[in-house]
Amino acid sequence: MVEFIQSKHPQKCLHNSRDLSTIATLIKGEIGYISEESLDEIPLKLLEMGCLPGAEVQLIQLAPLKDLLYINVNGTHLAIRKETALIIKVIKES
Amino acid sequence: MALTTNIKVALIGNPNTGKTLLFNQLTGLNQKVGNYPGVTVDKKEGKSKLSKTHTATITDLPGTYSINPTSLDESIVLKTLLKKDIKSSPDVILVVADAENLKRNLLLFSQIKDLEIPTVLAINMVDQMKRKGISIDLHALQKELNTEVILISARKNEGINDLKAAIVKCHITAKASPLCSVNHKIDSDYFDKLKEISPNFSLYELWLMVTQNDYPDSITLEEKEKLLAFKEDNSKLKKYQHKETIYRYQEINRILKETYVVDKTKATDLRGRLDRVFTHKIFGYVFFFLILLIIFQAIFDWASLPMDYIDGAFAEISSYLKSELSPGVLTDLITDGIIPGIGGVLIFIPQIAILFMFIAILEETGYMSRVVFLMDKIMRKFGMNGKSIIPLISGTACAVPAIMSTRTIASWKERLITILVVPFTTCSARLPVYAILIALIIPNKKIFGFYSLQGFTLLMLYVLGFATAIIAAYILQKTLKIKSSSFFVVEMPNYKFPSVKNVFFEVIEKTKAFVFGAGKIILALSVVLWFLASNGPESYDNVEQNITENVANQQLSVDEFDQKISSIKLEKSYIGIMGRSIEPAIKPLGYDWKIGIALITSFAAREVFVGTLATIYSVEADDDNTTTIKEKMRNEVNQNTGEKTFNFPVGMSLLVFYAFAMQCVATLAIVKKETNSWKWPLIQLFGMTGLAYISAFIVYQILS
Repeated sequence: MVEFIQSKHPQKCLHNSRDLSTIATLIKGEIGYISEESLDEIPLKLLEMGCLPGAEVQLIQLAPLKDLLYINVNGTHLAIRKETALIIKVIKES
Repeated sequence: MALTTNIKVALIGNPNTGKTLLFNQLTGLNQKVGNYPGVTVDKKEGKSKLSKTHTATITDLPGTYSINPTSLDESIVLKTLLKKDIKSSPDVILVVADAENLKRNLLLFSQIKDLEIPTVLAINMVDQMKRKGISIDLHALQKELNTEVILISARKNEGINDLKAAIVKCHITAKASPLCSVNHKIDSDYFDKLKEISPNFSLYELWLMVTQNDYPDSITLEEKEKLLAFKEDNSKLKKYQHKETIYRYQEINRILKETYVVDKTKATDLRGRLDRVFTHKIFGYVFFFLILLIIFQAIFDWASLPMDYIDGAFAEISSYLKSELSPGVLTDLITDGIIPGIGGVLIFIPQIAILFMFIAILEETGYMSRVVFLMDKIMRKFGMNGKSIIPLISGTACAVPAIMSTRTIASWKERLITILVVPFTTCSARLPVYAILIALIIPNKKIFGFYSLQGFTLLMLYVLGFATAIIAAYILQKTLKIKSSSFFVVEMPNYKFPSVKNVFFEVIEKTKAFVFGAGKIILALSVVLWFLASNGPESYDNVEQNITENVANQQLSVDEFDQKISSIKLEKSYIGIMGRSIEPAIKPLGYDWKIGIALITSFAAREVFVGTLATIYSVEADDDNTTTIKEKMRNEVNQNTGEKTFNFPVGMSLLVFYAFAMQCVATLAIVKKETNSWKWPLIQLFGMTGLAYISAFIVYQILS
């Protein structure tokens, strides 16, 4: 997975892969954990719906143009826009 | 008979928890829909008998995930709970949670508990717990939550009596204590000072006043002043709200760890399998398109029979009363004004009921969220929102309920654009107009050997309406300078079988909203139009005489004679004069003064067009005589041009005019109400009617 991202975005190779993983970079079926770093970025409503730091996120389905993203966070199934997915950092299972 | 006590109960819960079904089970048909004071959101209230000594007035609040609102719907919950209005503030709060998503549901519950209002928790859908491998330690949960918890199944009507008893008990003991004392985990200094402001409010209430800028009526100016000091640092407030939510979830996790177990091996993957089809990049859209086809087919096919029946019944009532009552102005008012007016409203019920039945089923099953998922990106390109798709579909029946259903859209700009473009979609009031014009100008031929050319034209008019809505939305998106933060999230609920009861109640409610909302206006205006059409500045006394002299040598039957009189009366009436006076303006579109009259009368409601023309061409608007109306219209000659009045260019020009023009007072009224200003309905009126005029002009000039 890490290689996949690096080959697509060569300019981002300098960062370590952990930093550039967000919900938007998950591939269909992949699981990640919401990073503590995102706490202040996550909109309150999403927090209230269960998108908490440490929560397990699975990407279930993508609408065309990768927007919306259909995710499962700790058993709650939500669809969010790409702009929101981009600001929620995740740590991927490796 | 013993005196009974009435308890005010507020029903609160996340969306998709079966809250509405529970409300329907508790209240049955004892419900009414009103408005919350000061806002336009519907308030659903119902009566329920709890025990021999207690009754309840239950208010069904809009579904929400938290007390902190993001849309108009959700702000109602906050307002009700902050006791904005003493009369309607609840005695007991009934929180509904769904067994499968208990953790998320308890967040809202924990917030409500902290308001220190007596609360009962109902955990719904317990009939499915076994299948989903869920077990709950009810005793321990009650103790941890310090609340009466009742397991229910609203669908199977189980546990409802226990729930009623618990509400009574809760009201009598009036036990209310906070669940999470958020303050100390975040900033004890800050919250201790906040608490000191007033002993009349709970700490959480004060905190909500700080974060939400919303105050109870009972707050004093001095207290309000003091609260201001706590609002200064916005980023700090945001941070604290985040911390508060995390702390609440920690508490909930701790409580559920001991009391709530899910055996994941029991989970079936029905959701996954259905989602693979319904949210698929190609099949998802194909399936949605098929569903739309079925809905439109049903609206046309199934609705036509009851519509014909209603039409016929009102014509008969009218002619029966005409023959029974003694002739006079009052009789005319009843038989020509009021009864056709009521009929003109009721005729749309079949289509509206069928459409809302489908929409209710799609929402109940959870499929609608999948449509939102598929459509959001596309709709956003046009300044709208995935949730706009529901109003746009509803608009094909009637724009009034469609505009009301935009309230779930959180972004004001996206909501406003949706409201402004919905009236372009082809509503059922345009159908009778389209039907008669198409029959006049489009030959009844088949194309490709099987497809009716007339049907194809009708389909194209639907496409025209929808395309115009989309283009208008695009233009509005580029021109409207409205800043609105739009944060979008939609829950993808589990699939479930629709509840017949919920679908039935939804259809009843939407139909009632149409009949009493739009209906009142249509009825009132048809009476005004009747007056304008049956009175004129000149006296009518000599009309009859003149005609008698003029036609003395013609062989006319009594019926034909009467028709001739009413036709001439119409010409001399106020409305006839208005038709004459606008003739110069509509001449470039190919219309004469008679069509002008129909344009004026159909300003209030489009469908009046056909009835007016029927009167003008002096035939009765009886259903059996439609061929005669068509024949008369076909043979009518325009006095200015000497050509047939309804030739191809004029017909096309009229079709385009009716596709675009804003001829519906009921819609304007609802837009005024929903946008809370005259600006938007006026923009709609002039924008749409202006577009209609220009388009009709271009079409006529090119074709003629």
